[in-house]
Amino acid sequence: MSEPVLTVSGLRAWYRTSAYGVSREVRAVDDISLSIAAGEIYGLAGESSSGKTTLIKTIANAIQPPLEVLAGSVVFRFGDRPVDIHRISREALGKIRWKHLSYIMQGSMNVLNPVRRVRHTFFDFAFRHIGRPKPEFLQVVRDHLQRLHLAPDVLDAFPHQLSGGMRQRVTIALATVCRPEFIIADEPTTALDVVVQKGVLAMIHEIQRELGSSIIFVTHDMAVHANLTDRLGIMYAGRLVEEGRTADIFRAPRHPYTAHLIASLPRLGDTAPKKGLDGAPPNLADPPPGCRFHPRCPRASDICRREAPPMAELSPGHRAACFHPEPERPA
Amino acid sequence: MSALLEVEDVSRVYRTGGLFAARRVTAVDGVSLQLEAGRPEILTVVGESGSGKTTLARMILGMVPPSTGAIRFKGKDLADIRGSRARLAFMKEVQPVFQNPFEAFNPMKRLDRYLFATARRMAGVEGEAAIRDAADGALKEVGLSLAEVRGRYPHELSGGQLQRVAIARALISKPALLVADEPVSMIDASLRASIVNLLRGLRERRGVSIIYITHDLATAYYVSDRILIMRHGKVVESGEARAVLDDPQHPYSQLLKSSVLSPEVPPTGAAFHA
Repeated sequence: MSEPVLTVSGLRAWYRTSAYGVSREVRAVDDISLSIAAGEIYGLAGESSSGKTTLIKTIANAIQPPLEVLAGSVVFRFGDRPVDIHRISREALGKIRWKHLSYIMQGSMNVLNPVRRVRHTFFDFAFRHIGRPKPEFLQVVRDHLQRLHLAPDVLDAFPHQLSGGMRQRVTIALATVCRPEFIIADEPTTALDVVVQKGVLAMIHEIQRELGSSIIFVTHDMAVHANLTDRLGIMYAGRLVEEGRTADIFRAPRHPYTAHLIASLPRLGDTAPKKGLDGAPPNLADPPPGCRFHPRCPRASDICRREAPPMAELSPGHRAACFHPEPERPA
Repeated sequence: MSALLEVEDVSRVYRTGGLFAARRVTAVDGVSLQLEAGRPEILTVVGESGSGKTTLARMILGMVPPSTGAIRFKGKDLADIRGSRARLAFMKEVQPVFQNPFEAFNPMKRLDRYLFATARRMAGVEGEAAIRDAADGALKEVGLSLAEVRGRYPHELSGGQLQRVAIARALISKPALLVADEPVSMIDASLRASIVNLLRGLRERRGVSIIYITHDLATAYYVSDRILIMRHGKVVESGEARAVLDDPQHPYSQLLKSSVLSPEVPPTGAAFHA
């Protein structure tokens, strides 16, 4: 396999605050390593406050106090040169952003300027990267919209005139117009209705296959992961607890948390009783010792209370951080 | 059998804009439904955003008056509820559970105070010990206890626990009807199943009827007896929940069902099938 586009190793990013003499540390991302290959859709799943958003903020180098990166590195490989995104100048970062590394966010209104027509947002984001005179630039944008089956008329609309689904499509067009190698998608369809969601996911998939970009796709909706992603990482309480091919994880999850998550998914046409998980996700300012899942885990033993399980490869391409993984189920 | 709730050809029109540029938006358009007393059931209302499901819920809760049509609870028209005493008597019987428990509770106020105030005002419980017992009883019903909740603030609980407290609060006055507006859409996946199971249990054990509003067809299928599918303020299809969802008749219901992503990896691999 060729070199991965993104390599994250041993990443720790904590929120550190001290107010009124009390200092607090929230270990939102704790020792995460992963890599994403070219042309791959990598799904990131986890509940709220599991650290998903902090992880992608760190990957995008959108770090603001109190968030700090304590250890580890995030290395992108665009072309043949590796870049450590935390060790380059602001200027170099500005050149990479949007051209090589772009974002699709949950709230399209946060991206589109509400008081200006959509075309201005395209100018703001993409004009300097495409580096063509204005009329040519607009033609590039129009062609791109057409390729995504959007009427070029949307350029003349104000964001509020578009429906939520249409706005999200416009932000996808905006994120892909520079043909970036890597796209970060943070819950891009969570706010949409199911009917609209399906269309938007199809659009992301289509443009991704066409450009050959890699996507890290963050959502808590497991059904979206099942239908869209190639590989899947499961986060729990700031740690990556399982990672593997999406099909393998859905067929035979190895970490007890993942196993529960998948067993409890509601399926249309299924009325068999579902079990909820007792307890609540831990407070990351004061996580439990050892494995962070042990207070809720049905398979926990003494070692789980003392030591944090390391991420280990249990079968080819399938890793989990658990001392007592669920049994392997051959295909 | 007498009716618990009758919603008769109800519409709600909102006016937006000023005197000259006024626009009229019909949020709910001629909706009728009925729940029988003595036969508790979970009636699910599904639809996309803007389909009028929340407006319908607010009308049933008496928070918004209908523009036309009538809503009767136990034979009494909601429009005739006047004065705080009549209003309290109604609220005692019909209780809400909202979507986001972090917004439903004041972050600066201790959770037990909500429970005690509800016991005192809505359920008419007197005496400190009796009030505590009422709160504890309701919390036990949802799998918590007063010892766990006492003196704590909303931010100290997880979303799932807080939603349980919200449901416990609604149960204190022993209502005949709960109106739950998207009660699980803000709850994490690992806790969602237990809230949905709780609703099912309440119908069986306590005989509470529940109007469950959601956009999630999978939990609707799991939990409901009857279903109402709404679009643009109108009911497009209704009936026995599993019959409707197994074989939807209206084109919109069919579209809705076909848009639900199944949490299974397609056999051909992870490629998205549009």
